[in-house]
Amino acid sequence: MFKARNYEFFRDRAAFGWNFLFPFLIIAGFAIIFGGKEYSDYKVGVFPLAQKKTDKTTLQLPDSFKNNKFIEFIGFQTEEDGINRLKHHKIDFLLKNNSSDNAYWVNETSPKGYFLEQLFNGSIALKDHPVNGLKGEVHGREIRYIDWFFPGLLGMNMMFSALWGVGYVVVRYRKNGVLKRLKATPLTAVEYLTSQMLSRIFLLMFTLAVVWLGCDLFFSFEVVGSLVDIFIVFFIGSLSLTALGLILASRGTSEEFTSGILNFITWPMMFLSEVWFSIEGAPQWVQTISKALPLTHMLSAARKIMNDGASLLDVHTELEVMAVMALVFLIIGASLFSWNS
Amino acid sequence: MTALLQIIELEKQYKNVNAVNGINFSVEKGACFGILGPNGAGKTTTIEVIEDVIPPTSGKILYKGEPRTLSFREEVGIQFQNTALFSFLTVRETLNTFKSLYHNTYDLDELIHMCSLNGFIDQMNDRISGGQKQRFMLALALINKPELIFLDEPSTGLDPQSRRNLWDVIRGIKKIGKTIILTTHYMEEAQILCDDIAIMDHGKIIAQGSPDALIKNYSREVTVILPKKSIEGHQIKNLPLAISESQDQIKIKTDDINGCLETLIASHINLKDMSVRSPNLENVFLTLTGRQLRE
Repeated sequence: MFKARNYEFFRDRAAFGWNFLFPFLIIAGFAIIFGGKEYSDYKVGVFPLAQKKTDKTTLQLPDSFKNNKFIEFIGFQTEEDGINRLKHHKIDFLLKNNSSDNAYWVNETSPKGYFLEQLFNGSIALKDHPVNGLKGEVHGREIRYIDWFFPGLLGMNMMFSALWGVGYVVVRYRKNGVLKRLKATPLTAVEYLTSQMLSRIFLLMFTLAVVWLGCDLFFSFEVVGSLVDIFIVFFIGSLSLTALGLILASRGTSEEFTSGILNFITWPMMFLSEVWFSIEGAPQWVQTISKALPLTHMLSAARKIMNDGASLLDVHTELEVMAVMALVFLIIGASLFSWNS
Repeated sequence: MTALLQIIELEKQYKNVNAVNGINFSVEKGACFGILGPNGAGKTTTIEVIEDVIPPTSGKILYKGEPRTLSFREEVGIQFQNTALFSFLTVRETLNTFKSLYHNTYDLDELIHMCSLNGFIDQMNDRISGGQKQRFMLALALINKPELIFLDEPSTGLDPQSRRNLWDVIRGIKKIGKTIILTTHYMEEAQILCDDIAIMDHGKIIAQGSPDALIKNYSREVTVILPKKSIEGHQIKNLPLAISESQDQIKIKTDDINGCLETLIASHINLKDMSVRSPNLENVFLTLTGRQLRE
């Protein structure tokens, strides 16, 4: 059964493509969007400029503001253009180039706009009497956004593959009679579920290895901790995610309903588990829900190992939580499982 | 000698429906037992309860004189009415997968020969024709050298030639001593393949026996069919025959074919275009229920 399921995966071009191509495409997309530069957090519009892309050095703005490395300046031909962008939060702040009275516009509902306003006013005040505070050094390796994001991408890919590859497929087999055919053999439910889990975990780890190697070739990810430890974390994480997939597979007979449930689980999990961005500062109840998700612990542990050099001992809490989740999900899934529609 | 399979007061109820309503029958070793009935009679539900795919509401199922145990699944083979199989696997790979689930199995080459799978053994499961699929399903049912084989509507959807090919395979299985339980709504299939038949309707067995016995007991009459033009100018209504007329034919039912033909000849009726239809299970069903087997 393990072998048969693996054959199905590798021969299903659509699923194969999704599992391997998707993460590559995401990473490539990020590379194109950010053009190899670091992620610029603040966007400031400047008018009147002929071109959208602008050379900072040519701008007539306070130096300390102009030279801020996290501000991207975007040119607009008219004030109206710029204000329109500002209203729709496409930019965070708007300035008039070479303005004698330092004219600016800000969207009052934008937190980034507020900070830029403070920064700009501060830079004007310091223009003639520059004063610097005492700057402290941050030691250690610089963590790029892509270094932070990469484990999230891998985890997200694993989550989709585990839940859809087990949950949805078993429901489809129940609906079209494949499970009924298997029930008529000596194969037990435990044997069947075990083979599905093992096959999926094997495929998840194989995919992980291929995607990691491929992405590393392009982006040279540095793993401060142990690569083996990261793979162990992903292995235990994939156990818990696959076991969650078994719960979804246990009874469902409708593919439409199951895909609805899967989307209901995967999309919030993707955002609450900090795949794309940190939920630092989110309300406490949001952070509590996040802690109940296996993906959260997997990504937390993976990032600690990859970016901070943590060992397995340092992430033992995350590992234990995922292992317990895997066991609980497995017990629930196995006890609820039905061959029949 | 204890029958291989005994069904005692079997019932299966769904919410508002008694799908199987207290049926009893037994199957001798080496026999081909048919369950014949229209769609919705309860045939598939009956067979799936016996196969242990769905649980009964009440009743007993005895295999070799004892309630079924875990070993039942090792000793039976099942061909379902509708089955999908694994996507992206070939016929050979699927057979090997199922082979691995049993202790005692046929050699793959032997099975391929038995069920004529040669031409498509390395095709993907979803690329084979209807007739090929049915032979493949039969091979899956035989893979574990079963003592008892369940065939649920094995020839549904097949063209006449494929159907006859499948019957040849089933006859071959019978010859090697396997016991077969077959459900069908094709009268001809039941008549040709089965030693013993239970006729089902609305969840009950309404008659049981060999095909010949059923016909003899419930529908002995032969039907003589003549085109209307052959009786023009003749007063057939006065003849001592059970005659019915349709648009372009007349039908005469009789259990004395010789007497009937003598009467027609004596009346100088032209018998050139006459046809005679022997009684069949379709007539038996019609006699028992007042309905056609296939409506």
